[in-house]
Amino acid sequence: MATGPVWVFAEVSDGRVAPGALELLTKARSLGAPDVEAVCLGPGAREAVAELGRHGASTVYISTDDAFAELLMGGPAADTLAPLITARKPDLILFPGTHDGRDVAGRLAAKLDLPVIANGLDIEAGATITVTSTIFGVTQVVRTEFGERRPALALFQPKAFAASALPAGPTPRTVEVPAVIEERHRRARVVDRATQVEAGPALEEATVVVSGGRGLQDPANFELLHEIADLLHGAVGASRAAVDAGWVPYSMQVGQTGKTVKPAVYIACGISGAMQHTVGMRGSQTIVAINRDPEAPIFKLADLGIVGDALTVLRQLRDELRSRSR
Amino acid sequence: MNVVVCVKLVPDPNTPGQLDPETHWLRRDLADAVLDPGDEFGVEAGLRLAEAQGGEVKVVSMGPERAVDAVRKALAMGATKGVLVSDDGLRGADALTTARMLAAAIRREPYDLVITATESTDGYSGIVPQAIAELLGVPAVTFASDMSCDGTLLTTTRQTESGSETVVSELPCVLAVTAGVNEPRYPTLRGIMGVKSKPLERLTPADLGLDASVQVPAGQTVVSVAMARQREAGEVVRDDGDGARRIVDLLARLRVI
Repeated sequence: MATGPVWVFAEVSDGRVAPGALELLTKARSLGAPDVEAVCLGPGAREAVAELGRHGASTVYISTDDAFAELLMGGPAADTLAPLITARKPDLILFPGTHDGRDVAGRLAAKLDLPVIANGLDIEAGATITVTSTIFGVTQVVRTEFGERRPALALFQPKAFAASALPAGPTPRTVEVPAVIEERHRRARVVDRATQVEAGPALEEATVVVSGGRGLQDPANFELLHEIADLLHGAVGASRAAVDAGWVPYSMQVGQTGKTVKPAVYIACGISGAMQHTVGMRGSQTIVAINRDPEAPIFKLADLGIVGDALTVLRQLRDELRSRSR
Repeated sequence: MNVVVCVKLVPDPNTPGQLDPETHWLRRDLADAVLDPGDEFGVEAGLRLAEAQGGEVKVVSMGPERAVDAVRKALAMGATKGVLVSDDGLRGADALTTARMLAAAIRREPYDLVITATESTDGYSGIVPQAIAELLGVPAVTFASDMSCDGTLLTTTRQTESGSETVVSELPCVLAVTAGVNEPRYPTLRGIMGVKSKPLERLTPADLGLDASVQVPAGQTVVSVAMARQREAGEVVRDDGDGARRIVDLLARLRVI
């Protein structure tokens, strides 16, 4: 078990606590630590406190400094965390494996010379702290034990744990911490921010995901995926090949450098199943694949594989679903 | 503009590597090794920026002697100089040690921009770019999907979970590019022939004033390696006009519809 506090690095975006923070707090509660605490930086941090508390944080360290939104998160967050770590001596800090989560953990590891393990899927805290992670496109599972150097830093894949709120969570203690923004971090500024707005459920939260790849032949054919996703109350995803070709925005990308999804049903259409893609969807409960090539690697993962023309099958599928929904 | 691109030799992603169950090191005897495909985008991005601004691209790598192949490929693409940090003591090095070696090799000469991939294809921890930036004391723009530079300021589109942001950074800085950011060039025959005449420097941690032996075992130790549980392949059928019907039946069984 953890002998000192376990911290969770909690992100807030668009006024919402990122799901990773709640997943990690839920897991942190099971590690036998004397305290589970959260760190939340940036505008919106104060509003996040209650929800972080409901998921197990007894204390939330916050700074609402605008600099965390105006500058890149990595450097300022690491500089702000460093003195706090020295003062409070956490045993372990859990980070979501998001873009900013990786940036902060990488900075902090180099700044304080701390051990860091990435791509975590599970963590156990017994006599030692051991993280289970995957390498080589989830083909191998590695268990890595932290040495004595503390705090240990661990990054986790999205959805590694299921979030659950406490029945009656106590109100957490809020501790305001001073933002440490060194001049060198002001040399890079975020001057604009664009949010890709998708109708329907978010890709990471949808129970059905319909994804398309280059096998769809034309970007216009993604419309067919949207029609089917709407009928199934699902979301549309894409392979990196389709994103790289400029057919659809990056926010739709599923895979190693995109999103990780674990829907009840994943329908891969015209996607060959390169490792870079399957990393992000192999955790789906049921996988359906439609591909012209019977040797496509995606069929090795599929519960149901249809060898055939994706567009033909999808048009029929849309029509069938429409007739049922009437 | 002096650009440094960090590259890595990785097991060919098409034939994923394996860790030795005894030593927990990569079984290099089994794997075909290539320049990380993700790094080709970094090399290309570096070449384009250097071509536009005037300047040179240097490639820096840490790895076994064999990693010289990755450096040579980047030289064949158009980089002018290569550096390989190599030492037996670095076997099994973690991400932070890698960053330390690369940062020390980079700072030996003036640079304007350091380019890396977002993550390596084999280990994909994704923390090396920020760690290098911290050690060099410069900003890092990660997950960059588009970039331009006027010689003083680097303007980047950075992918975020919900969309993108535009980041303006002063030089020097670290830039981590995503895969697909450009179309990496193929080495020309002339490029390949020219590799031999380009300087390729081999360094040890001692040359960099660093001690390779203190980092292994580091703050962490691999305790076991196993094959991941593979999904059982299900039913694969040829579409004879009933493919959609089969999917609908499955969705109904799963109570999705």
